[in-house]
Amino acid sequence: MKLLVCVSKTPDTTTKIAFTDGGAQLDTNGVQYIMNPYDEWYALVRALELKEAAGGTVTIINVGPAANDQVIRKGLAIGADEAVRIDADPKSALYVAKQIAAYAQKENFDMVLLGKESIDYNGSEVGAMIAELLDQPFISYASKMEISGNTATISRDIEGGTEIVELDTPFVLSASKGLAEQRIPNMRGIMMAKRKPLKVEAAVEAPDMSTTVGFELPPAKSAVKLVDPEDMNELVRLLHEEAKVI
Amino acid sequence: MVLVFAESQKGEFKKAAMEAVYYGHKTAEILGTECAALTLGPVNNAAVLGQYGANKVYNVGDDSLAQFDSQVYTAVIAAVADQIGANVVIVSHSSTGKSLQGRLAAKLDAGSVSGVNHLPTNDGSFKVKKNVFSGKAIAEYEISSDKKVLSLMGNSLKPEAVGSDATVESLAVEVPASRIKVKEVNTVEGTVPLPEAELVVSAGRGMKGPENWGIIDEMAEILNATTACSRPVADVGWRPHHEHVGQTGIAIRPNLYIAVGISGAIQHLAGVNSSKTIVVINKDPEAPFFKAADYGVVGDLFDVVPRLNEALRNFKNS
Ligand SMILES: Cc1cc2nc3c(=O)[nH]c(=O)nc-3n(C[C@H](O)[C@H](O)[C@H](O)COP(=O)(O)OP(=O)(O)OC[C@H]3O[C@@H](n4cnc5c(N)ncnc54)[C@H](O)[C@@H]3O)c2cc1C
Ligand SMILES: Nc1ncnc2c1ncn2[C@@H]1O[C@H](COP(=O)(O)O)[C@@H](O)[C@H]1O
Repeated sequence: MKLLVCVSKTPDTTTKIAFTDGGAQLDTNGVQYIMNPYDEWYALVRALELKEAAGGTVTIINVGPAANDQVIRKGLAIGADEAVRIDADPKSALYVAKQIAAYAQKENFDMVLLGKESIDYNGSEVGAMIAELLDQPFISYASKMEISGNTATISRDIEGGTEIVELDTPFVLSASKGLAEQRIPNMRGIMMAKRKPLKVEAAVEAPDMSTTVGFELPPAKSAVKLVDPEDMNELVRLLHEEAKVI
Repeated sequence: MVLVFAESQKGEFKKAAMEAVYYGHKTAEILGTECAALTLGPVNNAAVLGQYGANKVYNVGDDSLAQFDSQVYTAVIAAVADQIGANVVIVSHSSTGKSLQGRLAAKLDAGSVSGVNHLPTNDGSFKVKKNVFSGKAIAEYEISSDKKVLSLMGNSLKPEAVGSDATVESLAVEVPASRIKVKEVNTVEGTVPLPEAELVVSAGRGMKGPENWGIIDEMAEILNATTACSRPVADVGWRPHHEHVGQTGIAIRPNLYIAVGISGAIQHLAGVNSSKTIVVINKDPEAPFFKAADYGVVGDLFDVVPRLNEALRNFKNS
């Protein structure tokens, strides 16, 4: 199978978020960047497992500047065969999706895999967009996938449970927890990654219709009000009269 | 015109549908236009959407739409948007809505923002806000294109009755054949799904084992709340996976989140820190969760929770 995995670069979850220029820009000072966990742990690893079981190739793609190469190399170290970077500023979800769809259109992949969302802007948009641009089915929040021939059986997370769907390739899939188990790159993988191809391609023209214009921090929480563990009537009273939530 | 897709399940509207329609109504007011709602598949009582602000309700009742396929739904919603001249399309930020929102933006070639939680402003340019960095910041977006697609985060605003029943018009739209087969839908019946729940009772590793969950279920029952859990608890199978909240689980924003025996790791907080009121019960006064809490009880949960359940029951009975 010919598989494409979309990988993005995000600040590490534990990063402290701050802004500069009065909230205009993310303060990148001291920000530790990682490969988006859903892309790395679930989408990429499941793609590698499919390739290991049935043969084929795994290509990873990123839309971003040269500074992203480090994160892309990690994907190669984990086991992807080759990488493509579309050299452009990932301005909006639709801009990114158009870049990836344009590349995928040329290559005829059997499956495009993504993470369920990027943990920075929590968009959950790019996968659905690529599917529409390629006129393919989209299965979101996949937590399990089995393949037999070119037919896939997929469990996807929905509110309060799961839905099981069956469909034939080609399609686009977004990965949530459970789809695979995280793999740590080993020394051999890291050495081999240096020799694997990382192609850089120019972006296709696409307008910028949705842009961030500013950031703010959420209002600071007032200090916790401690309630005597012996007096739960007091907690109930506070929840009813003060917080007005029960 | 603003078009809202009102999600239904087995013919009944979800709470998120009322929120989306009300948000659509308010957005239409801001833009000086009208709001139409669209329902897909067989639904009961579509007219009720008028009460939450839909000036008109459209239905495409094709039976095949009882099964969700983002590709088919997108084709139908976009066709309706074209037919009625809608340039703003709003869906819920649910598993269904999230699978549609990006598709619709691509299909309509529209600027889009997902998971908005404030009404837009329109002083010369159209701007909306959403939480980013797992609730650690709020970003404001400007959409510059004429066509816009938004998804609305659950529990972002309280829908109010602003009108009366609307007229429902059936539309004949070509429904393309689906390329997927939905084989099974396994959901728990009778409880409010987590993303829609206003009251959530959640527990973690402090519970020691699944056999101790009776006191948590009891609290949920008294409050009519939905239960949730931390990730390790779902990982070891003490609780079902769909209850797991946090960065890798689901993000929720209920009115009340009660956390029992959960330490409050940053990845857990990422999914719950937008809750309006947070109560933390933990025996460790240094547990990081207390920093994010509104009310805290430092004590052994096996003493505190039964006591709280009794107090809640007395409150409910009074
Ligand atoms: C990339 C990544 C993603 C993650 N995603 C998530 C996620 O989505 N959701 C999530 O929840 N976690 C997630 N985690 C895990 C997270 O870091 C924590 O390990 C986890 O949340 C801890 O779960 P816990 O609070 O139940 O357990 P613990 O951290 O073990 O805390 C148990 C708490 O119970 C208290 N306790 C014990 N006994 C009692 C008692 N008798 N009475 C009262 N209190 C008691 C203890 O004081 C302690 O604070 C993620 C981790 C990583 C690295
Ligand atoms: N700049 C990018 N380059 C490649 N893939 C991306 C990029 N941004 C997002 N993606 C993919 O799209 C998924 C969903 O991202 P988002 O819609 O931003 O939440 C991510 O998990 C990635 O797989």
